[in-house]
Amino acid sequence: MSVKLSTRQVGDVTVVDVAGRITLGEGSSTLRDTLREMVASNQKKILLNLGEVSYIDSSGIGELVSGFTTVTNQGGQLKLLNLTKRVKDLLQITKLYTVFDVHDDEAGAVRSFS
Amino acid sequence: MGNNAHGETETVDQFLDSTLESVDTAEEIAVQVGQKAGFDEDDLNKIAMAVRESMVNAVVHGNRYNKRKRVRFSVTQNSDRLTVKVADEGEGFDYENLPDPLAEENLLRHSGRGIFLMRAFMDEFAIRRLAPAGIEVTLIKYRAPK
Repeated sequence: MSVKLSTRQVGDVTVVDVAGRITLGEGSSTLRDTLREMVASNQKKILLNLGEVSYIDSSGIGELVSGFTTVTNQGGQLKLLNLTKRVKDLLQITKLYTVFDVHDDEAGAVRSFS
Repeated sequence: MGNNAHGETETVDQFLDSTLESVDTAEEIAVQVGQKAGFDEDDLNKIAMAVRESMVNAVVHGNRYNKRKRVRFSVTQNSDRLTVKVADEGEGFDYENLPDPLAEENLLRHSGRGIFLMRAFMDEFAIRRLAPAGIEVTLIKYRAPK
């Protein structure tokens, strides 16, 4: 299974539920395209729910970082929700865990957007 | 499968096309061999990740998806370790002067973490230039004693 993304609106926050693998190829390009479309349509409060993501490779990490900088540079916020142990370990190894605002609780994460 | 001169059991040694499908294939083979060799799930995840990163480097950056170039992929397991070798036929790169992906100024770079992750997830990592062309990466994971 590659990646599957679905979006829903919670107040003015767009929650992107991501499932599957974010790896080089379809997985990372789907995430990239989705985030770019959201920013282009002025959706700038984005919460990426990675609870169903089984696997991220360095390309997937690159897309998360690119998404983060794209959204931030446009005056928006991109936050992460529900990291699996595997994804959390990867972000810690790469020192990105402290770069992203990471949450375990969706309601709290939504409230944290300014 | 058979025994080589060093008494090792050679499980896989094959040439793969320079495609992303080959990346998946290599990862699956390495995990299968690792499972049979008794590695736990945590180690299998690390092996899978390191093999994926090395294959992506070989296919994308080494052979640049060139249909005329292939990737030699081998997995060897013996009593205490799993050894993976990935060799491309590309022009090579300056692997001795790679930017540190953990440096503050590089943290938000889109790429440049592949070799760092291979080193992080495996017990041993080696890289060398091949003649007349190509790069060979060797990844070793030791099995924890039972």
